[in-house]
Amino acid sequence: MPKDGGIGASTVRREDVRFLTGTGQYCDDMNMFGQTSAVFARSTVANGVIKSIDTSAAEAMPGVLAVFTGEDFVEVGGNPAGWLINSRDGEPMKEPKRPVLAHGKVRHVGDAYAAVIAETIEQAKDAVEAIEADIEELPALVNMKDALAADHYVHDEIGTNQCFDWGWIEDNRAATDAAIKGAHHVTTLELVNNRLVPNAMEPRCSMAQYNRANDEYVLHTTSQNPHLTRLLISAFVLGIPENKLTVIAPDVGGGFGSKIYHYGEEALVLAAAKKIGRPVKWTADRTEAFLTDAHGRDHVTKIELAMDKDGNFLAFRTETMANVGAYLSNFSTATPTFLHGTLMAGNYTVPNVYVNVKAVFTNTAPVDAYRGAGRPEATFSLERVIDKAAREIGMDPIELRRKNFIKPDQYPFASAAGLEYDSGNYDALMDQMEKVADVAGFEARRKASEKKGKLRGFGVNAYIEACGIAPSNLVGVLGSRVGLYDAATVRVNATGNLSVMVGAHSHGQGHETAFPQVVAEMLGIDPQSIDIVHGDTSKIPFGMGTYGSRSLAVCGSAVVRATEKIINKAKKIAAHMLEASDGDIELKDGVFSVAGTDKSVTFGEVALKAYIPHEFPLEDIEPGLEETAFYDPANFTYPSGAYCCEVEVDPETGKVTVESMTAVDDFGNVINPMIVTGQVHGGLGQGIGQALLENTTYDENGQLLSASYMDYVMPRADDLPFYTVDHSQGNACTHNPLGVKGCGEAGAIGSPPTVVNAVIDALQSGGKSVTHIDMPMTPHRVWSAMQNA
Amino acid sequence: MYAFDIERPATVAEAVAALSNEDAQALGGGQTLIPTLKQRLASPEKLVSLTGVAEMKGISSAGGVLTIGGGTTHDDVAADGSYKALSELAANIGDPAVRSRGTIGGSIANNDPSACYPAAALGSGATIVTNEREIAADDYFVGMFETALDEGEIITAVKFPIPEKANYQKFVQPASRFALVGVFVAKTADGVRVAVTGASNEGVHRWTAAEEALSKDFSAGALDGLTVSADDLIADLHGSAEYRAHLVAVMTKRAVAAAS
Ligand SMILES: Cc1cc2nc3c(=O)[nH]c(=O)nc-3n(C[C@H](O)[C@H](O)[C@H](O)COP(=O)(O)OP(=O)(O)OC[C@H]3O[C@@H](n4cnc5c(N)ncnc54)[C@H](O)[C@@H]3O)c2cc1C
Repeated sequence: MPKDGGIGASTVRREDVRFLTGTGQYCDDMNMFGQTSAVFARSTVANGVIKSIDTSAAEAMPGVLAVFTGEDFVEVGGNPAGWLINSRDGEPMKEPKRPVLAHGKVRHVGDAYAAVIAETIEQAKDAVEAIEADIEELPALVNMKDALAADHYVHDEIGTNQCFDWGWIEDNRAATDAAIKGAHHVTTLELVNNRLVPNAMEPRCSMAQYNRANDEYVLHTTSQNPHLTRLLISAFVLGIPENKLTVIAPDVGGGFGSKIYHYGEEALVLAAAKKIGRPVKWTADRTEAFLTDAHGRDHVTKIELAMDKDGNFLAFRTETMANVGAYLSNFSTATPTFLHGTLMAGNYTVPNVYVNVKAVFTNTAPVDAYRGAGRPEATFSLERVIDKAAREIGMDPIELRRKNFIKPDQYPFASAAGLEYDSGNYDALMDQMEKVADVAGFEARRKASEKKGKLRGFGVNAYIEACGIAPSNLVGVLGSRVGLYDAATVRVNATGNLSVMVGAHSHGQGHETAFPQVVAEMLGIDPQSIDIVHGDTSKIPFGMGTYGSRSLAVCGSAVVRATEKIINKAKKIAAHMLEASDGDIELKDGVFSVAGTDKSVTFGEVALKAYIPHEFPLEDIEPGLEETAFYDPANFTYPSGAYCCEVEVDPETGKVTVESMTAVDDFGNVINPMIVTGQVHGGLGQGIGQALLENTTYDENGQLLSASYMDYVMPRADDLPFYTVDHSQGNACTHNPLGVKGCGEAGAIGSPPTVVNAVIDALQSGGKSVTHIDMPMTPHRVWSAMQNA
Repeated sequence: MYAFDIERPATVAEAVAALSNEDAQALGGGQTLIPTLKQRLASPEKLVSLTGVAEMKGISSAGGVLTIGGGTTHDDVAADGSYKALSELAANIGDPAVRSRGTIGGSIANNDPSACYPAAALGSGATIVTNEREIAADDYFVGMFETALDEGEIITAVKFPIPEKANYQKFVQPASRFALVGVFVAKTADGVRVAVTGASNEGVHRWTAAEEALSKDFSAGALDGLTVSADDLIADLHGSAEYRAHLVAVMTKRAVAAAS
């Protein structure tokens, strides 16, 4: 391992120095000469017809430079869904246009219908208040069931509130139905996967500059994937050619999915910057973040598990309604389908799986991928129904899972939901979990809790997820409108230091530390001499960005491939310098040597030679040392894990406290264990937040009741236990060069069912016949469930 | 935020004079008012900051009565300790930033139906001292965000008779961490007072049935079988009226058990 840490070292995150000392450069930190402010007029009703918008008073206000309405954008394209889903009957999904500014109708509270550009933000706010919009309120469609039954529509032009009715795998339906019909025991559970507001610490911000001299635009924006944003703006919305548009996502304060997507505000500031010839900045306030960031989850599901008399799983069948909100956000159609249905076989040898998903338009904020994106929904349904089944047949929940686990000798394993798992060992994960969590000691801890008047529960869960998205050929067949490769350029500078341009974007994931560890390991040089460049379309070759725990598995693989090319070329240069043949050159610890001799040159000397190519075989080797690779994965990667937790329930108030949480994950090979642990910690916090705290609530008029931190409960340190995180049981991914799987979402996938299972266990230990409580399990809900049981 | 002027008087008299302008508003620690201004939900022309008024700050004790200046911060009350239940209550308001700025006068003037201090004032039978008069807590808290204060009147101090035993139990609303239900119980030579915050559409109020039972027998058991009607209690996404009614009884028992 190189000095200061190659692969496997818990190197301290170098980016944290700037994050923790206030020297990060976020979008809103950047101010341009002549900059102006954009403020949006947003709908206060969930559903309404725009009768008229009178902007004349606003235009006359001090400092106002321009006012835009939906009318100004009727000629430009809509913001598209990135994934085309076909219904069971072969009909393509309904894809109503998502305009830059609402036109004709407003469709959710917060939907922007006008924007003011002014010298200062206060002037822009004053002018927004002076816009006279006559909006006739219509009854809101909030609840999915109601929306499906309604005879009025979120989008009148499509004549339905159903986006699609998807079956997976349609050919397995009859066999699944038959398996359930003939089963010895069928467990049924209806559950809600609650809607979540992503709540990145940094609200969205976009700033556009336009240069008349060469017709070029620069957009600084809070994005997890600047190239994707550029592609959407160029190819779909404004039609600005890519060579005239630079998108820069500088330091970004968290995304969790919500900053994958292109939003109308980005297009608006670009159009405005051109119109007024000055930079235009918009920064969301927290209320706008609550109302307009794409939300997550929001599924209502009925799941059935069929078993034989010994508890062998025969079939899973689910019917899900997935809320897509008022407009289709970019990944909104992929999340409840291919990122969810394909995981519905879980870690199990179950032969039959059938998933039906109806996506529903409602007058609520758009819903899209949020940390885990579809896989938390799959895991939650599976692991809740399995737990319920275990109780119904009187089998230990760990034993029931183990009985149905795929065994280590069965890989590659073709799951009944259509994926090919490459590696894993679920029993080993469970063994490790039982050990590190001291499961054997639970009964004693339960007694101690009971002495204090508390009910104690134990919950367990096994998950598998698919990340490192994704093989372009496969997703193309499944309806994706993009490929999901990634790219990297490794540039060795003349004096031997490196700039590595990567398509993945780091906004909390630690790429600036972990990626150099990989390159340093391969070249045998000091990682401190390697810097990562990301987030700027003018500097990096291309990239599909960061989400779906794909950065290391996909972009990291591109880095490996590009570094391999560097090594190949460097060996040729070294061979020339050492007057040997390149086949005889070995690279070790940053030194190229001729095998079996003491002749050598250092990596730095080779770099210098590449850029000062005196006495250089120019006919065989080009000068310079820079290589690019695009990497398209052969398969998803399949992290898996065994989680457990213990909770205490206060029977008098219904309050749940999580006493312990153990996460044992198989992430394959681990590059930086400390970063991986940190990623799991973050995911666990979000998962526990979903299970116990985060309660996104719209009232029947479509008003978001939980639109501030006065009502939306973010998990705080004292809501969370100390975690036990273990990734000692890795089984290398078999199809990417690093053998890595992806760890960014696991915690948020594995923890919610674990917590719910534990609460149910606690209540049953107190003699309550409660079998399910919907998330978030607030004190009120737990108490109510106890009253009714 | 809309633009406003700010004045920084040094005495109560100057503050009162500055507040005689109809569109002027007192600014205490700003922990409620500033967020309101930021959201453009209020538009005073002038703010009169009370933070420079020395005579409204500080805590003194005489004859079993603790007098706390209206401009005294939650932190200072928390650190005082001479009325334990009150200091504990102050120590659990908001977060460190809120406690270092927020004031008792601001809290009691605002009378948020979920705030903590109103329960302490009503539960202790405190007296609200203003630039004009003294108002018994029983007459002061009129309803949700409503008090007996007149326009421009400022709270200069709050006088708390220190009880034999007291305790405050707060079951937090998990997002705001204000009280979903908070109960302040105080036992004095004259009997027991029980004040409930967070629960009612009427704001802070006394639970007289519990007071009677506890005045006879100051034990949690004395409350067995006593329930609160859910009528007119707050129902929101954090809890129904029935749940709040239930919590009032639970928190009262816990306060009695913990009183010291
Ligand atoms: C994050 C957060 C958490 C909080 N948690 C809690 C909690 O758990 N429990 C709780 O009880 N409170 C809580 N609060 C409220 C906090 O205690 C406030 O400080 C308090 O309610 C208002 O006091 P202030 O001095 O900040 O008043 P300001 O915000 O300055 O003023 C509030 C109102 O009172 C008026 N006013 C101020 N001082 C006087 C005076 N001396 N005389 C007359 N009128 C006056 C103002 O004109 C204004 O109308 C929280 C606040 C925040 C921001």
